[in-house]
Amino acid sequence: MTDEIRKILTDHGRLPVDAGTLPADADLYQAGMTSHASVNVMLALEDHFDVEFPDRMLTRSVFESISSIEAALTELCGEAALP
Amino acid sequence: MAVRVGIDLVSVDAVRESIRNHGDRYLARIYTARELDDCRTAAGVDPELLGARFAAKEATLKVLRPGDDAIPWLAIEVRRDPQGWVELRLDGRAAALAAESGMTGMALSVTHEGGFASAVVVAELSSSGEPTEPMTRT
Repeated sequence: MTDEIRKILTDHGRLPVDAGTLPADADLYQAGMTSHASVNVMLALEDHFDVEFPDRMLTRSVFESISSIEAALTELCGEAALP
Repeated sequence: MAVRVGIDLVSVDAVRESIRNHGDRYLARIYTARELDDCRTAAGVDPELLGARFAAKEATLKVLRPGDDAIPWLAIEVRRDPQGWVELRLDGRAAALAAESGMTGMALSVTHEGGFASAVVVAELSSSGEPTEPMTRT
């Protein structure tokens, strides 16, 4: 999942640094991701993983690092897999 | 009088790219129906006008200082007066946070030029710093 998140960050995050080599806990906003770019990242993640980020997850902390995005996706994908 | 000020700058190209990549999902997730109506031209929704609205929402968040509270973009609406100026309308958690912060009024100004859109929001705080009634219209 981490590699897929990195690819989406590369394609949609408009980062001035290489998302492929960023540490998983690096702050994406400090790395240059704008709030508008985070919207594109969120929509691309939803497309790719077939999930929808609910309103309660529309917080800065959910999108602030690769590891926080992965944690949110793991939760959402887990919910989606429930009967 | 105590005030808070928020400012934001958005690349119009980034908005154009979002429309191209995500279409209606992007529009419906970020902008209210009224905002989309205000931004609609004969050529479709205008990315410059949308960018100004996105900047206004982000400038409002800087004024509200939500920390890690979830504030949906649709809870902050930019309304265009027929005379041309713009106002903010807050709903839900955004309105509650404004009230909890003791905000008694908010003013918004937006502009776009040279591929960028920008917005400034000024919020007036009650002199006592006490919470106010929920503010749904400024």
